[in-house]
Amino acid sequence: MSSLLDAFRLTALPEHAEAFRAEVKHFLAAHLPRVSADVRARSWTGFDAAFSRELARRGWVGLTLPQAYGGAGLDAFSRFVLVEELLSAGAPVAAHWIADRQSGPLILKFGSDAQKDFYLPRICAGQAFFCIGMSEPNSGSDLASVRSRATRCEGGWRLSGRKIWTTNAHHADYMIALVRTSGAPEDRQSGLSQFIIDLKQPGISIRPIVDLAGDAHFSEVAFDDVLLGEDALVGEEGSGWKQVNAELAFERSGPERFYSSVVLLDLWADTLRRNGASAAETALLGSFITQLTSLRNLSLALTALLAKGESPVVEAALVKDIGTEFEQAIPAAIAASISADPDAPVDEELYRTVAYLNQVAPTFSLRGGTREILRGMIARGLGLR
Amino acid sequence: MFTEAIEKILTDLCTPAQVRAVENGDCASALWRELEDGGFLELLTPEVADGAGLSLAAVFPIFLAFGRHALPLPVAQSIAARALMRDCPHAPPTGMLSLAGTAYREADGRLCAPRMAYGALADFALVNLGGELLLLDCSQAQRVRSGVHGSQCATLYWPQDAEGISLGSNGSEVRLFSAAIHAAAIAGAMEKALDMTLEYCNDRVQFGKAIGKFQAVQHQLSVMAEQVAASRIAAELAFASNATVPDALATAIAKARTSMAVPQVTATAHALFGAIGVTEELDLQLFTRRLQEWRVSEGSETHWNGLVGQALLAQPQVGASEFVRNVIPSQPA
Repeated sequence: MSSLLDAFRLTALPEHAEAFRAEVKHFLAAHLPRVSADVRARSWTGFDAAFSRELARRGWVGLTLPQAYGGAGLDAFSRFVLVEELLSAGAPVAAHWIADRQSGPLILKFGSDAQKDFYLPRICAGQAFFCIGMSEPNSGSDLASVRSRATRCEGGWRLSGRKIWTTNAHHADYMIALVRTSGAPEDRQSGLSQFIIDLKQPGISIRPIVDLAGDAHFSEVAFDDVLLGEDALVGEEGSGWKQVNAELAFERSGPERFYSSVVLLDLWADTLRRNGASAAETALLGSFITQLTSLRNLSLALTALLAKGESPVVEAALVKDIGTEFEQAIPAAIAASISADPDAPVDEELYRTVAYLNQVAPTFSLRGGTREILRGMIARGLGLR
Repeated sequence: MFTEAIEKILTDLCTPAQVRAVENGDCASALWRELEDGGFLELLTPEVADGAGLSLAAVFPIFLAFGRHALPLPVAQSIAARALMRDCPHAPPTGMLSLAGTAYREADGRLCAPRMAYGALADFALVNLGGELLLLDCSQAQRVRSGVHGSQCATLYWPQDAEGISLGSNGSEVRLFSAAIHAAAIAGAMEKALDMTLEYCNDRVQFGKAIGKFQAVQHQLSVMAEQVAASRIAAELAFASNATVPDALATAIAKARTSMAVPQVTATAHALFGAIGVTEELDLQLFTRRLQEWRVSEGSETHWNGLVGQALLAQPQVGASEFVRNVIPSQPA
C-alpha cells in the first residue's frame, strides 16, 4: 500500500487529554460569550481579545509552550482537545489563534533565547497577538515568488514590500513575515527569511479588507523602508522556507480544518429534534456524523505524530483537503434541505447561519494553502512526480 | 503473526486466476483447506475453546487483507460465525459458513435470505430471522444467483420444513458483524485499487510522459487517496471495541463511510485506466465489481447513515463533536 496512508491509524486520546476536556468545558460554561449561532459560526475568525485573555489566565494560550514561559506545558493531544472544545462551542479564538498554533511554537523552535524570553511570556499572557505575513499582491499560491525584501543595514535590516490577505493584521501586535533577504524571485525557495515585525513601528500601514460577509478579518500591510533590528530575524537567514514548512503540519492537520461548520450542524440537529426529521434529513445528518468521525480520527492519527515530534506535512495536506471539502459541503446541503419546501417556516437564526457559512465557505479551502497546492503535495507523496 | 501467515497464503493461493476460477464455479478447495487446516477459522474463538482468542482489533488487518486479495470465499464470515455462536452448545459445522443479516418468511412459509454474500457457495448460513439467530444448512436451500455477472451473492430459499437450529436471540449481531466485515473488505479492496491505479499512471505514457505527471490526473489520484484513507480509518473503528461483536454505532459509521467512498474510488480508478480497465482481462475489475456489490450488501450508506442520524437525534443536548468522540465505547488497544 502507498506508504503515505500508513500514518493514518486509529488513535485514542490519552486519558490526561480527556481529563483536561472537563476543565475546558467548565471554562466555556462560564466564559463563552452569549451570542447567536451566526456569530459563533465565525469561530476562528471571531476576534475577542477579552476572551483570549481569559483563556491566557489559565495558561491556555501557548498551551504547548513550557511553563517557564507561562504556557501550560501540555502536549499536542491536550491542544487537540482544547481546540475541539473551543471550535465546537463557536468560541471567538481569532485573537490568539495564530500565536498559539504557529508563532509561539515557531519562536520556541527557531528563536534565540532573547526572542523566546521576550515573546513567549507575552504570547502566553494574551498580550502579544500575532499574524503571519505570507501572501503578497503577486504571490499567492506561488509563495516562493515573494518580493518583499529586507536588506542589511547598519544595526539590522530595512524592509520594503507588501503583504496581503493577512488574517487579523489590523488587530495583531506582531507579524512573522516571510521575505526575501538575498537573490531574486527567480531563486525561489532559497534566500527567504522570517522576521518578527512590531506592527506599531513607523513605516507600516495596515488596511483592513472587508469581505463579502461584511467582516474585515484580513488586511493588506505595506512596509515602507521599515527599520528592523538584528533581533528581528527568526532562525537562520535564508532558512525561511524550511522554517515555514516546519509549521505546516501544525497548521493543516487540526480540527479547525473540519469543524468550521459544526456550529451550524448542531443548530440544524436541534431544529430537526424540535420539528421532526424526514428519513432523508436523518440520513443526511448521519452522513455528516459519519464523515466527521472519520476526519477526526485522521486528524488524531497525525496529532499522535506531532506529539512524538514528527512533522507529517503531506499527511496534513491530505487531512486539510478532505476536511475542508466536508466543512464546505455542510452549509451547501443544509441550505438545500431547509428551503426544500417554500411553504415551510425557517428558523431565522438557522437561516442566517447557513447563509453566512455559504458566503465564506470558499475561504475554507483557500486559507492555509489552496486545494490545488495540497493535491499537488499529496500526489508527490503518492510517488507521482 | 497470524496476519503475516494469512497474507502469505493469500499471495500464494488467492491469485487473480484463482479468484476468476472460483467465480466460474471452482470450489477453491486448496485455498479453503489451507486456511481451515491452519486453524485460521478459529481466530476469534476463545483460547479455552482451542481458538486463537484474538481481539476484533487484531483481526481487522486480516479482514482488510481479504478485501485486498478479493478473497472469493466466506472466510471472514466463517471466523465471525464462531464468535456469534460463542454461547451455543453446538459446535460450528465444518464447511463454509456465511452470514445473512436479513431473512424473512415468504407467504408460502419458505425462509428467504436475499442476496446473501457468498450464497452461491456457502455450506451453511447464520441467519438473522427477525432477531432470532438461526443456523441453516445451505444444501437444503434453493439457490438463486443474483444474475449479476461474476457475483457470488445468491438468494437462498429454505423449504417450510427445513431443519434450522435456533441458536439464540442475538440475530441482529449477524447484520452488524457482516456489515463490519464488508467495511473492512471495502477498505482493503480500495487500497488495492489505489495501488493498481498509481502504478498504472506511473507506467502509462501519453503525450510523451507518464500520465501520472499530468496535474489533472494527479489531483484525481490525490482525492482517491483521501477517500481510501478516510474509509480505512472508519472501517478500523468497527473493530476497535473490546467486545466480541463490533459495536453498533461504530459499525454503522464504518459501513456508511466506506460505502460512501465506493462510487468515487471506483469511478476514478476506471477513468484513469481507460478502456483497458473495464476488460475482463485486467485485474482491476475483480476489485471494482466487488466494491460495487459490497457497498449495497447489508445496506448502503443511506441505511447506515440513517441509523447514525437517528442515534444523534435521540440524544438531546449532545453536539456533533461530543457524539463523535464517544462512538467507541472503550479505548482501542
